[in-house]
Amino acid sequence: MTTSAALTRKPRSAALLARQVMGEAGIGIALLALVVVFAVAAPKFATSDNLTNIATEITLNTMLAVGMTFVILVGGIDLSVGSVMALSAVVAGPLLTAHGLSTPVAILLAVLVSALVGMGCGLVNGFVSERWRVPSFIITLGMLNVARGAALQYTNAKTVYDFPAGFSLFGTSTVLGIPTLFWIALAMVAVGHLVLTRTVFGRLVFAIGSNEEAVRLSGHRTSIVKVAVFVISGLTVGIAAVTYMARLNIASPILGSGYELSAIAAVVIGGASLSGGKGSMIGTLLGACLLGVLTNGLLLMGVSDFQRQMITGLVIMVAVVVDYYRGRLAARLPVEA
Amino acid sequence: MNTPDTSPPAPVLAAVGISKHFPGVQALDDVRLELLPGEVHALLGENGAGKSTLVRILAGIQQPDGGGMTLGGEPYRPADTAAAIRAGVQVVHQELNLLPNLTVAENLFLQNFPRRFGLVDRRELNRRAAELLAEVGLDISPRTKVERLGIAQMQLLEIARTLWQDCRVLVMDEPTATLTPRETERLFTLLRRITARGTAVLYISHHLEEVFEIGDRMTVFRNGRYVTTRDLADTDTAEVIRLMVGRDLQHEYPPYLPGEPGPELLRAEGLQPQDGQPVSFALRAGEVVGVAGLVGSGRTETVRALFGADRAVGGKVLVKGVPARLRTPRDAVRHGISLLTEDRKSQGLVLDMPLAANVTLTATHKVSWGGLLRRAEENRLAQHAVDSLAVRTPGVRHPVRTLSGGNQQKVVLGRWLLADTDVLMVDEPTRGIDVGARYEIHQQLVDLARAGKALLVVSSDLPELMGICDRILVFSRGRIAGEVPREEFDSSHILTLAYSGYVSAPASATLSSTDPAADASPADASAAERPTAEASATGTPADATSTNGDTR
Repeated sequence: MTTSAALTRKPRSAALLARQVMGEAGIGIALLALVVVFAVAAPKFATSDNLTNIATEITLNTMLAVGMTFVILVGGIDLSVGSVMALSAVVAGPLLTAHGLSTPVAILLAVLVSALVGMGCGLVNGFVSERWRVPSFIITLGMLNVARGAALQYTNAKTVYDFPAGFSLFGTSTVLGIPTLFWIALAMVAVGHLVLTRTVFGRLVFAIGSNEEAVRLSGHRTSIVKVAVFVISGLTVGIAAVTYMARLNIASPILGSGYELSAIAAVVIGGASLSGGKGSMIGTLLGACLLGVLTNGLLLMGVSDFQRQMITGLVIMVAVVVDYYRGRLAARLPVEA
Repeated sequence: MNTPDTSPPAPVLAAVGISKHFPGVQALDDVRLELLPGEVHALLGENGAGKSTLVRILAGIQQPDGGGMTLGGEPYRPADTAAAIRAGVQVVHQELNLLPNLTVAENLFLQNFPRRFGLVDRRELNRRAAELLAEVGLDISPRTKVERLGIAQMQLLEIARTLWQDCRVLVMDEPTATLTPRETERLFTLLRRITARGTAVLYISHHLEEVFEIGDRMTVFRNGRYVTTRDLADTDTAEVIRLMVGRDLQHEYPPYLPGEPGPELLRAEGLQPQDGQPVSFALRAGEVVGVAGLVGSGRTETVRALFGADRAVGGKVLVKGVPARLRTPRDAVRHGISLLTEDRKSQGLVLDMPLAANVTLTATHKVSWGGLLRRAEENRLAQHAVDSLAVRTPGVRHPVRTLSGGNQQKVVLGRWLLADTDVLMVDEPTRGIDVGARYEIHQQLVDLARAGKALLVVSSDLPELMGICDRILVFSRGRIAGEVPREEFDSSHILTLAYSGYVSAPASATLSSTDPAADASPADASAAERPTAEASATGTPADATSTNGDTR
């Protein structure tokens, strides 16, 4: 008996270690390793200019991924974020160029309208899929097309530009060497993290993703939570739309195409399960960073666009495999005898 | 099995010195087990005793840390379930392992479809499936989708699946937990036929009565250790419980204290569940009311409709004399009514969340302020629940998935205690739960009633209801066939009522005996079975009712 006990000690701690490695710590370690590799392989990688560059590049995806995290945690998905972002931008954009409005007022108005458009689309996504019990995959796929079409219709396929100078100045400003817009993304991550971990709402988001029926039978209105996550996603889309305009100085009806997939990738690489109930905002941030570092580092190493796309795809596949394996490992470690 | 030691038959399966360690617990510590050909061998022990771990090792799901096994004299060390099945060890798990979207026939022959010209031969598949179904006494079409079956039917289907394969050892983990007495009897007939072929059956159940009825020998585990193996003929229930628990349980049920029922807290008038019959009853403060009846007799449907878990199609509910609309569980909770559902894993717990989060899932207002969680308060209340309900857990932040069934049930109970509702309805509160935890849960239920709550206890375990209830409502075929006060508790009387709705059905009016259980002794379930077996030929009781009862 003593020998068997001694024998078991080793695999036990190894299993625990493996679990930790594959959790949030795992993505952190992977990110760190990637940074070290690129720092060695690409001399220009570890410069403050380049790091600022990366922060700028991942700002939009981080913002979208914050909302996407909420949606994925309840077991849903939001494929419409890219298109809705375009719709938000083209509806809010003209307000910035409107005459007779002082710049701060115009910006405020644009943010408000952009957020409302995003939240409105999110509300439709959430309400329809919840009211008629249709998978959000289908509904948001529909919204992907509806919003894109609406953006093109609204603008007659024309791009809005000529934003006030103060607005684009804000878009390129930095605080403590970090782009202001990235600070905003970080703030969104922080708020999202607090909502998920410190509020009853966040608790219900996780619980619904794991066992919706149990939450319903506990006396909660699960529908409201499930609609709310899509509205939250819409809100982050609205903010991202203004961010896009501030940075690129245009509002095009075709912007944001494919952004939904990057956002989903960040969330999944960050350790969330597509079946819901598992994931974290910190993981999502790290996932977005990892994708950004990967793209940037490969670019600096002179890897072609096509190859970069392949490598990014592989990373996503690895993340999903790891997620699956982690689930199986957890299932294989029952303490109950 | 009582033959002298001169020529003991060689064991078909022998396991010696098996040990298994999991983080934080030594699940098995040097246990052994010997199965003789053709015997039904009961494996007994409280939850957490290590029975399920041994089953997983036998099935090849897990590998032991130490010890060895032989099957038919050959070393047996299955690397996975497929290897175990090839070697002839079949396991019917507590959790059913069927594919809901496939048909009955497809599930039966999943591992080996009959083929013709490389394509699945559907006609042959359905023909062979029909044979197997007849053998286990399941009156369903092989073309039925499994998702449309009731739990009991799925259970029998799972057993049927093992029949066509070459099987030397059949392991049954809590096979009767979801079966009605009639279905259990059918299962036993089946088991006897299987053992007659020389197959050894390892039978795991908390129902000691059944164990004594079907079993030849038993092995008892306690806390992951081997206690003893003996012939069941040489022992009795009291001794078995003593061996399992390691202490004497004075009473199987808490002492009954007659209480003075208080004001009426809840009244259902003509409440009609979807696809059900209207029923009326009332609950008063301070009383424990039992709900007896066969699986599918409308018990669960009624409490779920009352709680708002499923939509009621008619009738009204009065809470403390005032009409109330309970359309969702939320409405019910706000009116001070709670329901502990029959399936704690799929309908009660969020398995991967910490114990504390599960305990406070309903009473979130008690652990939050303006929507913000107060962790310290949550931990304090959860710890209080753990202490007062004697939940065995490493800590309140520990995920409930890893707790034993009894402790998980206590967590759900703790949630409703924290919610502090006036009316507590519990559906199968002790199903699949070990003796010690059962007693503790019974004690808790009785205490709650004496503290002024109204309790409604739905259970298939008649002794349980007779042990703790003040009165019992007997459901039969969707209606309340009768109400029995404590002074008149008598299992044959209650069973007769439970079956009454089925025997008085017009289709079976030709039965010679219209009051079949009247002359049956209380323990003689088979006499009471007869009429239902007849009635089932007309497709009424268990088949029809368990489909509407157990699938959702």
